[in-house]
Amino acid sequence: MLTYVIRRLIGAVAMLVVVSMVTFAIFFVVPQLAGATPEAFASRYVGRAATPETVQLIAERLGFNDPVVVQYARFAKGIVVGAEYDYGTGVEHCPVPCLGYSFLNQQPVWPDLLDRMPVTFSLALGAAIIWLIAGVSTGVVSALRRGSFFDRLAMGTALAGVSLPIFFTGMVTLVVFSYGLNLTAPGGSWTDFGENPGEWAYNLILPWITLAFLFAATYARLTRAGMLETMGEDYIRTARAKGLREREVVVKHGLRAALTPILTLFGLDFGLLIGGAVLTESTYSLPGLGKYAIDAIANNDLPKVMGVTLLTACFVVLASLIVDLLYAVVDPRVRLS
Amino acid sequence: MTAPLDVSGSATEAQPESVLAGSGKVIEGRSLSRIAWTRLKRDKVAMGGGITVIFLILVAVFSSVIVSAFGHPPLEFHPDQIDSATLSPKGTFGGVSWDFLFGVEPVNGRDIFSRIVAGAWISLLIGFLATLVSVVIGTVMGVVAGYFGGWVDNVIGRIMDVFLAFPLLVFAIALAGVIPDEGFGLSGNGLRIALLVFIIGFFSWPYIGRIIRGQTLSLREREFVDASRSLGARHTYIIFREILPNLMAPILVYATLLIPTNILFEAALSFLGVGINPPTPTWGGMLSEAVRFYTLPHFVLFPGLAIFITVLAFNLFGDGLRDAFDPRAR
Repeated sequence: MLTYVIRRLIGAVAMLVVVSMVTFAIFFVVPQLAGATPEAFASRYVGRAATPETVQLIAERLGFNDPVVVQYARFAKGIVVGAEYDYGTGVEHCPVPCLGYSFLNQQPVWPDLLDRMPVTFSLALGAAIIWLIAGVSTGVVSALRRGSFFDRLAMGTALAGVSLPIFFTGMVTLVVFSYGLNLTAPGGSWTDFGENPGEWAYNLILPWITLAFLFAATYARLTRAGMLETMGEDYIRTARAKGLREREVVVKHGLRAALTPILTLFGLDFGLLIGGAVLTESTYSLPGLGKYAIDAIANNDLPKVMGVTLLTACFVVLASLIVDLLYAVVDPRVRLS
Repeated sequence: MTAPLDVSGSATEAQPESVLAGSGKVIEGRSLSRIAWTRLKRDKVAMGGGITVIFLILVAVFSSVIVSAFGHPPLEFHPDQIDSATLSPKGTFGGVSWDFLFGVEPVNGRDIFSRIVAGAWISLLIGFLATLVSVVIGTVMGVVAGYFGGWVDNVIGRIMDVFLAFPLLVFAIALAGVIPDEGFGLSGNGLRIALLVFIIGFFSWPYIGRIIRGQTLSLREREFVDASRSLGARHTYIIFREILPNLMAPILVYATLLIPTNILFEAALSFLGVGINPPTPTWGGMLSEAVRFYTLPHFVLFPGLAIFITVLAFNLFGDGLRDAFDPRAR
């Protein structure tokens, strides 16, 4: 067990290193391949009014002329131990984890990210609970009553669900339920949980349901396919032959095996969501991480986007790690292989 | 699966089906694609999806002809259709009329029908090209990993894991956002389209790659591959002549199922403003403009329904295709 955990931890750390390299490449190497110069990077920090000499100086100070490897090392060092920026007028200390400063207002990115995290986390958590319960139970019932009216209706709805973009369903639900029927909060409403839990839930209920519907469709389809496969296995027949009650056969023997791939997917999906539900947050104007990244892109404020990208990747790696470790606890075959 | 050996000589002499000949029916050998086609023809839902897909492709390919026949140029402003006080269209339901089939946009009065038709071209073009990119990368990686196994398989498997764990949308947004307006010898929308095709294709290949790897793994152990190998065939011959032809069915099925995902992806990027630059019409871009005019439902409805119908048609057809090729289905 311990060796498995250690191996998995090393894998996660390696993954984070790769992710940081790719992020660095996207933000600093790809633009250069496309023709951006070190001066072009530097000019973002000093604004339009700066003279070419100032730009040159800043490019030199911030090291945009150094080899890529050196630049990456500085970038990684900033995240792990913090960084010092020498602007000429004074030295600025950027505490751990240093994800850089905003081009726009020169504020460090990390505290901003911390501010936005509760919004995205609330959205993801509520939606995840709904979609897991709704998706998995629909999938199980559909598989058990294969070909029935319920099955066909559920699978038809699920197919429509995976074909609908959330920025369309989101807008339609807003128009119908918020502006038309006045049942739910309008777009852009957010209250902190600590401030008023009731209002927190009231503001989030529409985004929760819309987002959950999308994922529930996928999970219902997967659960149904998985259940159909496991329920045809020999050990299910054995379990029935032993005289177990049907409920026990389905839940303990069928569902347990069918859930494994679904939980893996859930780890990835949930990790991805808490790093920023970009489309949902833009549609409902929720001030979360995804909205933060998109607003930053519109202003060309790249350090912010980079911060969200790295954070999301960390969440995905972390969530997969947790799911894998849970497997190892539940299923002995995992840690022995 | 195609027969690996040519057995026509001895098999016809033995006539193993002669016992059945008495029933009066001629028994003919049917290839997998023939069986699949017969099954697919019987699946009405899938056929409906397929016909819709063909219709949409025709609309996309002939979009400029359709626009000039039934609409106005997609970028043309029609201020005469707009009520100058409210900035919304004059007519009922967003100005729907024989002249403007889907009505006009608020503020500038552009023809929504033309923009939807022109948007179909961008949507399907990027959907198909991106799928092509991911199918090519996925097939090469999957076949190499599955056929050679060992450390090659390990390395490629790890790469796939890394790609699958990446926050795709965020990376795509970042990448689409940092590229300047000119670069790689391209500019304007040519660059944007190439960029979107590359981003979407490059990030979605592991899904196909995994399936192809699994299929190759089981094909590798089949008798006809053993036979070919024992006859002294080289790796390239076995891969191209024995394994690849047998992978065509899964490639076709999963490519069909990947197209709608990629269309949704393009729409999402355009919705977020990092896809094709306005004023070029895209469905996602139209929806993002519609956000500001939520009181005018037609403006949200048409591009939204266009995406929904297209994606649903591809999904229905793809699901039907998968069932038709899967011998275990039904």
